[in-house]
Amino acid sequence: MALVLNEEQNMLKESAQGFLSEHAPVAQLRRLRDERSELGYDKATWQQMVELGWTGVLVPEAHGGLAFGHVGMGQVMEENGRTLTASPLLSTAVLAASAINSAGTEAQKKALLPAIVEGSLLLAVALDEGPKYRPSLVKTSATASGEGYVLNGEKQFVCDGHIADKLIVSARTSGDVGDEQGISLFIVDSSAPGVEIERVYLADSRNSSMLRLNHVALGADALLGEIDGAASLITYLSDVANVHLAAELLGMSQEVFERTVQYMKERSQYGALIGSYQGLQHRAAHMFSEIELAKSVVIKALQALDENDAKLSLLASVCKAKVSEVVTLVTNEGVQLHGGIGMTDELDIGFFMKRARVAEQQFGDRRYHVQRFASLQNY
Amino acid sequence: MSDLEQFRAQTREWLEANCPASQRLPVMEFEDKCWGGTKWRFVNEDQKNWLDVMAERGWTAPDWPAEYGGGGLNKEETKILREEMYRIDARPPLFSMGLSMIGPALLQYGSEELKRQHIPNIVKGKIWWCQGYSEPNFGSDLAGLQTRCEDKDDHFLVNGQKVWTSYAERADWMFCLVRTDPDAVKHAGISLVLFDMTTAGVSTSPIMLISGNSPFCETFLDDVRVEKDQLVGNINQGWELASYLLTHERAMIGNMGHTAASEKSLHQHAIDVAGGLVNGQLGDTALRTEIAQWEIDILAFELTQERIDDETKAGTGTGATSSILKYAGTELNKQRYELLTDIHGQAGLAWEGEAFDNGLLASQWLRTKGNSIEGGTSEIQLNIISKRILGLGQKG
Repeated sequence: MALVLNEEQNMLKESAQGFLSEHAPVAQLRRLRDERSELGYDKATWQQMVELGWTGVLVPEAHGGLAFGHVGMGQVMEENGRTLTASPLLSTAVLAASAINSAGTEAQKKALLPAIVEGSLLLAVALDEGPKYRPSLVKTSATASGEGYVLNGEKQFVCDGHIADKLIVSARTSGDVGDEQGISLFIVDSSAPGVEIERVYLADSRNSSMLRLNHVALGADALLGEIDGAASLITYLSDVANVHLAAELLGMSQEVFERTVQYMKERSQYGALIGSYQGLQHRAAHMFSEIELAKSVVIKALQALDENDAKLSLLASVCKAKVSEVVTLVTNEGVQLHGGIGMTDELDIGFFMKRARVAEQQFGDRRYHVQRFASLQNY
Repeated sequence: MSDLEQFRAQTREWLEANCPASQRLPVMEFEDKCWGGTKWRFVNEDQKNWLDVMAERGWTAPDWPAEYGGGGLNKEETKILREEMYRIDARPPLFSMGLSMIGPALLQYGSEELKRQHIPNIVKGKIWWCQGYSEPNFGSDLAGLQTRCEDKDDHFLVNGQKVWTSYAERADWMFCLVRTDPDAVKHAGISLVLFDMTTAGVSTSPIMLISGNSPFCETFLDDVRVEKDQLVGNINQGWELASYLLTHERAMIGNMGHTAASEKSLHQHAIDVAGGLVNGQLGDTALRTEIAQWEIDILAFELTQERIDDETKAGTGTGATSSILKYAGTELNKQRYELLTDIHGQAGLAWEGEAFDNGLLASQWLRTKGNSIEGGTSEIQLNIISKRILGLGQKG
């Protein structure tokens, strides 16, 4: 498949760009941070995203969605990266929608997918139990009880946990901590007795939380996918997450790069624009070349999601590893090339650097994916 | 069956019938690639036959016009031919600067007579072309070149010195940048001329490289007579042509980063010689990480080649892409050989002896150091990206 966008995908990208730059620029995230917003996102903006159809991009038409696919959604994510717009888009419309659509029962799909599309239901995915992504390190337990299960344990760094109506939680139903097998996914009401959610503040001013589960009683219908056999679903979910996070990081890389080059054309020192100095030009040109490589791995991995490519996991790891490397370079250089002003909170560049580092960590950092790539290639 | 499907089926059948088995083996040595020309010694009959049957159909230059001996294929058909050759690991029947550089320039800028004289011979691999660009004092600053070309009414007279001429001693003809107007601003006084290397006054001297090989020569031009009809394009249009040619050269050199399907992967080299697998992983875990990072980068590079190609076809894209590919591709190729020699340890640095392929790897490793110098250094590519794409560079 040609590594270019088709006309509809291009239109979606352009409309996302227009909407976000007008209604949800970086200034919005700054305001949410400064006001210590309780929700951590702007409700009116989210409502408009719903009206634009973004919550239905990955949902089949039979469940009220647009079935527009991952390449299209990736463009929306990339544009969200350019504006750092805070919203439940990734947790709800990308991750939860993908998980339910891929593994849900007909009843679960019917109950949840249309509500996601309408924007009336927010979900969060709770896999981590530590600061690094290690999906097999699951201590949280689910024990059979009557027809259903009882959940006990603690989940960490749950993105959008404190605003979610429901949580998709990984829990151990057999085996030992560290085993890939024996893990199951459950859909838990955030208002259920025994569920305790504590918001945590990370550097990126986006939503994160700690989740405690104390004897949370679930019905049999809370199980998402196979009992004991969530490993492949978790792998798929993390591939989806990493590719879309990479799309977001690509948007951020481009935005920081463009702002930095613009600054090089405005700032004078020693009587000349700093952009006229070769020592700085070459650093900018190197970044440009690296961003070109990042663009290619992102579109390829997004296509792999849509085509259910047998190499999806490999391409997702290539994508997250490469884009993480590039965004680290570009945000660090972005601050350095802005000089002192780059260190100020007044300039937006710092917001990009902070968001980049959090997004890099989510679902595995660069080193994690470099190692995973080697393992997938059998060496 | 659509026309293209039919073309694919026919091509597959024809290639199966006509590509000799020996021409489907990986290229191991320089001579395994056929460069053609009057002085070429074919390594075997197969190599000659493969060139002849492909050239007969014009498939050495599949997308060139059939009226000059090219294949006359459209883009889709050319792609199918490449895919079908790739499928059976067929070697390209001919490598040459005629195909990759001067041919495309002649088709774009040459007179009808020049096309008729040279293009069919390029397609058939009859002439080995070399490039006369750099001079001892003008490398990166190519436009400063000083080789003089005087108008003597019925002919040109060329005097000067060229350097880094690839295989000048094997070459039949040179395409050469010369100064035709010494008074013009430097870019504006350059022309491109063609001459036979056996012309009186042309002499060459090989340059020994750090790799132990002499792929390049110095070429001395003393009162060399060049016929007037061998001027390509207009007088003083040479810089435009040179830039056009350099774009082709960059694409070619950048492509070195591309791993051929038949080539052994870096991690396989490491498994074979650097301690093998321990519990399914390379025992040398630091090496494992470096190889994985490189393999991720090369995949990203190959996807970028593909994407830029697709964008060109779709009529979108950013421009100056040959500089990006040249820069990224050559730096990756250098890294590849650094890792390869590391993997092989001291055996990778062996210089002689049959047990060590006569020092082939060490020689290849050293040769790659030139990748980021020839065809415009990495620094020149970064200059081009800065100025042409990013618009950096204006003072004050």
